[in-house]
Amino acid sequence: MTTPTYQRTLPLLDDSNRFFWTSGAEGELRLMRCQECGHWLHPPGPLCPVCRSERLAAEAVSGLGSIETYTLNMRSWGPGLEVPYVVAIVHLDEQPGLRLTTNIVGIPASDVRIGMRVRVTFERDEDVWLPLFTPA
Amino acid sequence: MDVVISGIGQSAVGRRLERSGLGLTVDATLEALADAGLEVPDIDGIATYPGFRPDMPAFSPVSSLDLKEALGFRLDWYSGGLEGPAQLGALINAYAAIKAGLARHVVCFRTVKEGTGGAAWKQSSLPSTERTRVSGEFQWILPFNAISATNWLSLYAQRHFHLYGTTREQMAQISLNARRNGALNPKALYREAITLDDYLSSRMISTPLCLFDCDTPSDASTVIILSSADAARDLKSTPVHIDSVGSAIHGKASWDQADMPSMAAFDAGRMLWSRTDWKPADVDVALLYDGFTFLTLTWLEAMGFCGVGESGAFVDGGARIARDGVLPLNPHGGQLAAGRTHGFGFVHEAVTQLRGLGGDRQVAGDVKLAAVGAGGGPIGGALLLARR
Ligand SMILES: [Zn+2]
Repeated sequence: MTTPTYQRTLPLLDDSNRFFWTSGAEGELRLMRCQECGHWLHPPGPLCPVCRSERLAAEAVSGLGSIETYTLNMRSWGPGLEVPYVVAIVHLDEQPGLRLTTNIVGIPASDVRIGMRVRVTFERDEDVWLPLFTPA
Repeated sequence: MDVVISGIGQSAVGRRLERSGLGLTVDATLEALADAGLEVPDIDGIATYPGFRPDMPAFSPVSSLDLKEALGFRLDWYSGGLEGPAQLGALINAYAAIKAGLARHVVCFRTVKEGTGGAAWKQSSLPSTERTRVSGEFQWILPFNAISATNWLSLYAQRHFHLYGTTREQMAQISLNARRNGALNPKALYREAITLDDYLSSRMISTPLCLFDCDTPSDASTVIILSSADAARDLKSTPVHIDSVGSAIHGKASWDQADMPSMAAFDAGRMLWSRTDWKPADVDVALLYDGFTFLTLTWLEAMGFCGVGESGAFVDGGARIARDGVLPLNPHGGQLAAGRTHGFGFVHEAVTQLRGLGGDRQVAGDVKLAAVGAGGGPIGGALLLARR
């Protein structure tokens, strides 16, 4: 018996989400932005929900934000999944309501706090660059 | 055209039952028909949540057409689907169909085999050594190992704790209340009371939710028959009127993009009270979803039983939500004690209480108005039920 190695469930890449999941290859986090009114749009969609423009393009954000909420997951949901780990929602600096679900890394789980300033970092897994966050 | 609940039925409820999903559904349907005094040829509609899900057979093993064929119904209208105001979407669809004149007597059912088959998303989205890829809204969550609904709700609960000072001791009261009431319900899965110490020392799943914050998967089918008030006039049961419904979703239709801890429940609650002359203070018994204890706190606020952020203080000590409190909550034990009948169990209990048939767990006094809320995150539906 060998211990199974856990593998994350990864996103299925397509033309609408590839820019988000691969921008980490260049060290940037890119989100869709309206070229008319400047609204950041996440998850990506076909038009800007503010001004209805279809002129959308992927742009880099600063990668800075703060922890809006988090949970320390203690239970292993599958073979090989090591616990504990921190799941968090990070509120990006660019715009009110612009959020990402992510993991907080590079810090003891017990030190994670709501409001903590964080910066994006990337973990590559196959063709996906996962945007994770670490103290800024 | 007024719409009433004319009959209710429920199969055996268990962790593992030697009976198929369809078998359980037939059991519950026949009980509901007998309760109402209806015969198979009277039924002209079926509504179910969420319809057969081949990808999640434990979560939803039976389609509306499976039941039609099993009992030989002749239907003028039928409906099933996952999109809608949570589990109560089936009842709200049936309510609308009856009001539109498409049907007169609609069998609404929710059947689960999760006790035998494991929970839905846990089963279909579990990470494994076999790599899987995901699209749609869950692509933004699952890659970060936010795998269980426990994780998703923990994020809401933690934010609530942070903003409002809510504590685990307060949230525990939902669980303690459920177990206290479950002890009086012969069909409950858990019939032993627990103490605050039991709660606080139980295994943490995903902070701040521990084992006792989570309901238990079960095998069960619950049936609620909706009828036009005219057609129900001569039936043998005491009709329960659907006074108002809440099906609204105005906020983000997403598990992680909402202004936490707000949920669709608040939209449904506002709509519910905008369409009735009753007020929250008139409610005699509350049946509020407790798939996770935190969801019940949410529903207490969403239904206006307390202010936003005040649910922790409202349940503190447990007296207000006890069977003899100002707002008796989930007298059957909710899903935390009575098993995850997935939303429909709350409606079944509301009707039981409004008819005064709760036995040992019956709430004292003249119980004439019940509020029901079901769902969490981006799904939420509410009903206000009245005995006239
Ligand atoms: Zn725009």
